[in-house]
Amino acid sequence: MSEFIQYTLQGLAAGGFYALSALGLAVIFGVLGVVNFSHGACYMLGAVLSAVLLAELNVGFWAALVIVPILMFGFGVLMERLLVRWLLELDPLYNFLLTFGLTLVIVEAVKQRYGVSGLPYQVPAGLGGQVSVGSVNLSVYAIFACLFSVVVCVAVGLLLTKTRIGMIVRAATEAPDRTRALGINVGLWVTPVFGFGIALAGLAGVLAAPTRAITAEMGSNFIIILFAVVVIGGLGSILGAVVAGFLVGLVEAYGIAYAPTYAQIVIFVLMALVVLVRPSGLFGREEVA
Amino acid sequence: MSDDTTAATTTEQPAPDRAGAPEPGSPGRGTARMLEVSGLSAWYGEARVLTDVSIDVAPGEVVTLVGRNGAGKTTLLRSVMGLHRQIEGTITLDGSDLVKRSADARARAGIGWVPDDRGIYASLTVAENLLLPPVVHADAWPLERVYEFFPVLDERRDFPGTKLSGGEQQMLAMARVLRMGSRLLLLDEPSEGLAPVIVQRIGEIIREIKGQGVGVLLVEQNVKFASTVADRHYLLAQGKVVEHLGNDDFKAREGELLTYLGM
Repeated sequence: MSEFIQYTLQGLAAGGFYALSALGLAVIFGVLGVVNFSHGACYMLGAVLSAVLLAELNVGFWAALVIVPILMFGFGVLMERLLVRWLLELDPLYNFLLTFGLTLVIVEAVKQRYGVSGLPYQVPAGLGGQVSVGSVNLSVYAIFACLFSVVVCVAVGLLLTKTRIGMIVRAATEAPDRTRALGINVGLWVTPVFGFGIALAGLAGVLAAPTRAITAEMGSNFIIILFAVVVIGGLGSILGAVVAGFLVGLVEAYGIAYAPTYAQIVIFVLMALVVLVRPSGLFGREEVA
Repeated sequence: MSDDTTAATTTEQPAPDRAGAPEPGSPGRGTARMLEVSGLSAWYGEARVLTDVSIDVAPGEVVTLVGRNGAGKTTLLRSVMGLHRQIEGTITLDGSDLVKRSADARARAGIGWVPDDRGIYASLTVAENLLLPPVVHADAWPLERVYEFFPVLDERRDFPGTKLSGGEQQMLAMARVLRMGSRLLLLDEPSEGLAPVIVQRIGEIIREIKGQGVGVLLVEQNVKFASTVADRHYLLAQGKVVEHLGNDDFKAREGELLTYLGM
């Protein structure tokens, strides 16, 4: 039983990384119609930046939690302004290919500069060790990562549901053309939304840094699972991205614990089942598919 | 170049110069025009769906586009709204050119979009659906007036938009552009799929709007309904205006038109 609780916590912590990133992916897809293949690379950049900030500028975890998303927001804005924007009028496949190419460039650039062996990063002071709850020992950092992701997801949720900006983003996510026809300059929101989505991937990277091996390739597997997350949650559904993120984290953790041979497969079995039963995902609307 | 084999086609529209005095036999209309579309052609890729279409709408006037499915009615509305961009010709609102302007700029210039699927957001509540568009004109209906005129929307403010019935969604779509203060409404088949009593109510709303000097360009397959609300009618076939009728002529030829429309 105590093991089960530990796995559940690990799953929820990993799920937090997926949920944050998938949230970014969903918002970008909704407003721009772009499937951002470089989202995994941006997650990796978030983790690498945290390590580099610590090693070269002695900037710690807590500061990185603020600084890295801001830097990644800037990176996203540049990416949208300089590259993605020019392809928005074309078939969405072009931006998919663009961001795929960009992924290769980012990954190789990081390898070139920082090698392939992985950068060191410690669990921040105060979040290390374990805490005993009854007979169960739980990782303090996993609890923190899980709660922090939930708090950020709730905050983003409130931003989306309680503010005018959120209302516009929801409307533009649901039907960009119609939203234009109702007098909203959707184009004005495209750049900040893209930056925001990338910043969320970066934030997930910072959170993952203390618990994962920080390498140039850490985003490659992550993006594949992230796509499974958005398919399960329903492409374009913001709530779906968050719920499916945590769900996939849990399934993955249980898979690793109880069926290690099949750990990589269970997520995709789950995805196949969901798609069979609900082709537009758990929270997707039929007409979206 | 195009051989017109359409059944009820009588005369081709006389060539351009419709900006001047109304051509002989043309139905009467207000002098000040709000929307003027002239020589409009539209394509989807290689396929031409509108050919040299010229129509106009004056303030406080209800004008319908009648025609079979595929005649180009919705494309014409989408072109006016700026959602369909593969066009040639001119579109002006109160004399200013719209063609180069984006859909959102056109909406802010006073064009109100009420699409055939009602265009209600599932992820927004009824109140949010109403509040989403910016207020663009001093004559915009205040929210209190909207709720007074559409009590059902008041009762369901916090419902997700798509939890409303079809008729209620139609009301919401129309209320939304009135709250915005649009001066010209583009209504795409507002009566489609609705119970007669609701259609009647929509007729009342259109007359109320008209009384305020708002222009309405109405796509309608329901000839009977069209004749109860409209001042003039353009009959479209294969992407061309083949008839331009005042409402009296339209009523007189209702039977013929019904046959023509295959209803």
